Formats: sequence, structure tokens, C-alpha cells
Amino acid sequence: MSPHQFDIQLVAIIVAASCAVPGAFLVLRRMSMMTDAISHSILLGIVLAFFLVKDLSSPILIIGAAASGVLAISLIEAVNRSRLVKKDASIGIVFPFLFSVAVILLSKYARNVHIDTHSVLLGEIAFAPFNRLILSGMDLGPKSAYVMGSILLLNLLFISLFYKELKVSTFDESFASSIGFRPRLIHYLLMAVVSFTCVGAFDAVGSILVIALIVIPPCCAYLLTDSLFRMILLSVIFGISAAVSGFWVANWLDVNIAGSMAFVCGVFFLVVFLLAPQRGLFGIMREKRRQRMDFAEASLLVSLYNQERGDAVKDHPDSRGMFRSADFASKVVEFLKQKGEIAVAGGKLFLTEKGRERVRTTVERR
Amino acid sequence: MSSGEQNPVVPAVRVTDLTVAYGDKTVLWDIDLEIPVGSMVAVVGPNGAGKTTLIKSIQGLVPRVAGVVSIHGKPYEKQRKEVSYVPQRGSVDWDFPTSVVDTVKMGSYGDLGWIRRPGKKEHEKALSALEKVDMLEFAHRQISQLSGGQQQRVFLARALVQSASVYLLDEPFQGVDATTEKAIVRILKELAAGGKTVLAVHHDLNTVSEYYERIAIVNVGLVASGSVDEVFTSKNLMTAYGGKTSFFPERKSSRRAV
Repeated sequence: MSPHQFDIQLVAIIVAASCAVPGAFLVLRRMSMMTDAISHSILLGIVLAFFLVKDLSSPILIIGAAASGVLAISLIEAVNRSRLVKKDASIGIVFPFLFSVAVILLSKYARNVHIDTHSVLLGEIAFAPFNRLILSGMDLGPKSAYVMGSILLLNLLFISLFYKELKVSTFDESFASSIGFRPRLIHYLLMAVVSFTCVGAFDAVGSILVIALIVIPPCCAYLLTDSLFRMILLSVIFGISAAVSGFWVANWLDVNIAGSMAFVCGVFFLVVFLLAPQRGLFGIMREKRRQRMDFAEASLLVSLYNQERGDAVKDHPDSRGMFRSADFASKVVEFLKQKGEIAVAGGKLFLTEKGRERVRTTVERR
Repeated sequence: MSSGEQNPVVPAVRVTDLTVAYGDKTVLWDIDLEIPVGSMVAVVGPNGAGKTTLIKSIQGLVPRVAGVVSIHGKPYEKQRKEVSYVPQRGSVDWDFPTSVVDTVKMGSYGDLGWIRRPGKKEHEKALSALEKVDMLEFAHRQISQLSGGQQQRVFLARALVQSASVYLLDEPFQGVDATTEKAIVRILKELAAGGKTVLAVHHDLNTVSEYYERIAIVNVGLVASGSVDEVFTSKNLMTAYGGKTSFFPERKSSRRAV
């Protein structure tokens, strides 16, 4: 691994981690698409701040960007609260407008400045190592690692300070409000944090990948855990893994790095979506099949039990007629035989003591 | 509206001239309401009558167009800690990744204030609240695995942790099983007997006289409020519900009197 490759991965890892942390809350708040709005709207702030200071590396740009992210959120909420358009539509109205204003300003007044819309959308993390932090002649590493590192620290600080406030206002907003927390304030703080993250990250990875890194890792984590803390932790792990493996995929296929990272995120989600133990698609199917079998077994056992005690006249002593197909019936009988809960003698089914025991516990439980 | 008894103490909840509007639609109009300390009060009224809005606007959760709310004689804003709120069970996402005991612990967040984290004391409190609602064995269960009745018990436990003196409940019996309903009624009655004040949005007119001693009948305006015996009449219900109810309290209560 060359130092250049190392630097790119270092930046990618920091970006992925700082995206995943607020991302977990965005996903739980059903606000994933706000990321889309923020990551596009920040361009306006960057452009306006640039006109003000005429310096692409000024920290004022970050503040301008974060401010325009928060502006986008406020406008979306204002349009929303008017109740004149639907919620998702208000997102679709506001951010393309802000983005397009930025694009017009750029193409009219800043043609020769290096903020082109292409790199806003896709970023160019491959260039990250070239822009280095040099203090009194010492090369301290890629500058974006420091910018993103500070944003990561900010995010971690925010989440750990306000963990409880974020948790309660995400779970039950009106309750949070009733106990004196201010969910709207927390909402805007979170949005500001997301804006900062987008600003820092978009330079490195572009606004499309920012969305992927904020939304997809928490969605994977959500399907795998029942605890908020573990969800955040897993999000970070997923994000970092996607960043690193995305880099090597890009290296191998010789394609855009940011694009491969987003692609790997998507692949991760697909795998989790299908294979997550309880909530994955296969898990759910398996569980349904198990329940169906469980119910079929119980019905057969109960009917045999009633038969034994002579108080079920309608139920057939064998499995025929109870189930929708003979195939399924023989499968149920086979399973029960294997478990030793029934026995077959003279073409008829009988309960074993174990089978009786199961009936008793099943009936008792209901 | 006074039912005749002279209550020398300040009411637990006093609502004056409360008016609330969503856009150009008036949801509550000029409500005046006094809830005596230690009473258990049903808020009834047809769908869209503003019952939930009443509970929410008492706590300033929806903006008031006009009106003043005081709790034990002081403005609500200064008495927030005295009020415990149980929102509608369906108002939250039960797939949220958290456990029963952590959800109940949220009841202590208000006392903790900003930034401070719940510790051992809060954990103990949460467990003892869970014990009261008979849910201790579910403490470490994920909340998405709970039945409707269990969810409601968790919400009630969270409110109990708050150690408030006024309980505002939004349809606590909505979609819960009979056992849970009995358990919740028992706990609410205990609270009222211990001098706490309970105000609950209630739907089932059949159980009003069994569960509550006082009632507030609402339909945008306040139709009537006072003791169940005096105010829970078919005349008042007709005013609130129009012709849409076939429930006649007199018939029922006279039958019980026999």
C-alpha cells in the first residue's frame, strides 16, 4: 500500500465514521432524505461565502455551508407547516431551488474557480492526499483528514452530550417536549451537525456518496440490533468497512472511488436485507414457515389428544382432511414421528407420552 | 359547572379561556375547566372534538390562540415537573431500537435535565415502576415485541417514574386487553386516592361511571363538566355527540341503583 493509498483510505474512514454517527438518528427520525436536501443546499452557502472571502480554503466556507444547510431545513419546515404541500414534496421543492441558485451563481460569476458541479456531486477523494497540511515546513498529512477529523470529534461530542435528549425526542417527540426538552432545538442542532458533516465530506466524496454513507450504514445496523447504542456502533463499522472495501474495489476495477464506496454500501445493505437473522427477508420467511409448521403440528396433536379422551367426534384420527394437501400432511406426520411425539400403528396415529406432554403445555400456555 | 362541593384548595388544573386553532379551523373554543386535587376525570366527546388537543394544549404542546393554564395555582410553564403525560400509544414508533426498561427510564429524564445521564438510581426507579404495572419480567425485552396492552403499561410506568402530581393520559385504554384495562384503572384509582389528579381522554361511555368520579364533556367548546352523577346525562351527551350516540347513562345508573 502506497502512502497515497493510505491517505485516501484514512480520509475515507474518517468521512464514513462521521457520517454514520448522525445518520443513525436521521434514519430513525425518518429524515433520511433531509440528507439529500442538505448535501445539495450547502453548495449555495459555499458559493456565497466564497464571494465574500474570495478564498476556497477559508473556514468561513464551512460556516456558510452549514448555515445554508440549516436554511434549507427551515424552509422545508416552513413549506411543510403551511400544509399546502405534502412533506416529501416540500423537500423536493426547496433543495433543487437552492442548488440551482448556486449553480447559476457559479456559472455566471465564478467560471474560473475550482468548484465545479461535477465534483460537488461525485467529489474526488483521489485528490485528497494532494492538499496537505504543512506547518513550519512539516508535512502533517492530508488537510481533509484534519477537517473531517474535527467534524468527527464534533459529531461524537454532540451525540455523547445529547444522547439522552436525542433518544427521547426521536422516540417520542411530544413526551420529550412535555418533560421540558425542546425537540425543535434538538432537531436544528442535529441538522446543523449533519450540515457540517456534509460540508466536510462533500469535498472528499461528493454529495451523492454523502447520502449513501449517512443513510445506508444505519439502515444495515437497524436490521441487526435492538439497541440504539449498538446501532450507532454498527453503523460506524459498516461505514468504515464500505469505505475501505470501496477503495479497493475502485483500485481493482480502476473506477471512481466515491462511486465504488457507495456501491459497496448498497451491496452491504442487500446482503443484510436478505440475511439478517431475525429481520432479514430470509429470516422472516423461515420464521413464517416455522410458525405454519408449528401450528400444523399442534393442531394434529390436539386433535389426537381429544380423540384419545373421546371428546372430539369431528376430528379425524389420522392426518387426512386436516391439512390443505396430502403432501403437507405427511410432512407434518413425518416431523412429529421424528420428534417422537406420535407413533403409527395399524395405519393409525397415536400420541406418545411426549406428544401428550406437548399438548398439555401448549394448551396451558394459551 | 360546580357540582356543589366546596373545595377550599386551589384546583390541580385550571384552564381559562383556552382556544386552539389549526390553520383556520377552531379545534377548541373558550374552554374553562377546573380539576380538583385528587380527582379522576374523564374527558369525553365525539371524534374530532378536540380531546387530544385539550390534553396537549394544557402542556403547551400545541400553540394556544388564547387561554391560561395553571397547575396548583401556578402557570404550567413553572409547574412542568408536576405534570406527567401519557401520549397515545400509537403516536410513537415501537420499532425504535430500545428496551422496555430504557423506555421507562425516559420518565426520569425531565428530573435529570439536560446532558446528565441516568444512573443506578434511575434504573431502580424504572424497575420499581415496571413492577407496579406488572411488567418486571419484560424489563429487558425489546419494545417491538410487546402487545398493545403491554405497550400501554410501559407508557404508564414511564409516567409513574416522573413522580408528578397531575397525570394527563390520552386514551389509555385504546386497544388494550381487559386485564390491562383493569390493571390501569386500579393504578389510576390508587394515584387519585393518594391525592394525585388524573385526567384521561376516554372513549367507552359504558365504563365512565365505573372508572371516574368526574367528567368533562367536550365538543370544541366545553359542553359540561363536574361530577359524573350530575353531568353525565343523556341531555349533555346529545349536545356533544348530536344524534350519534345511543348511550343513555340514566338508564344504566338507575338499573344499577336497583
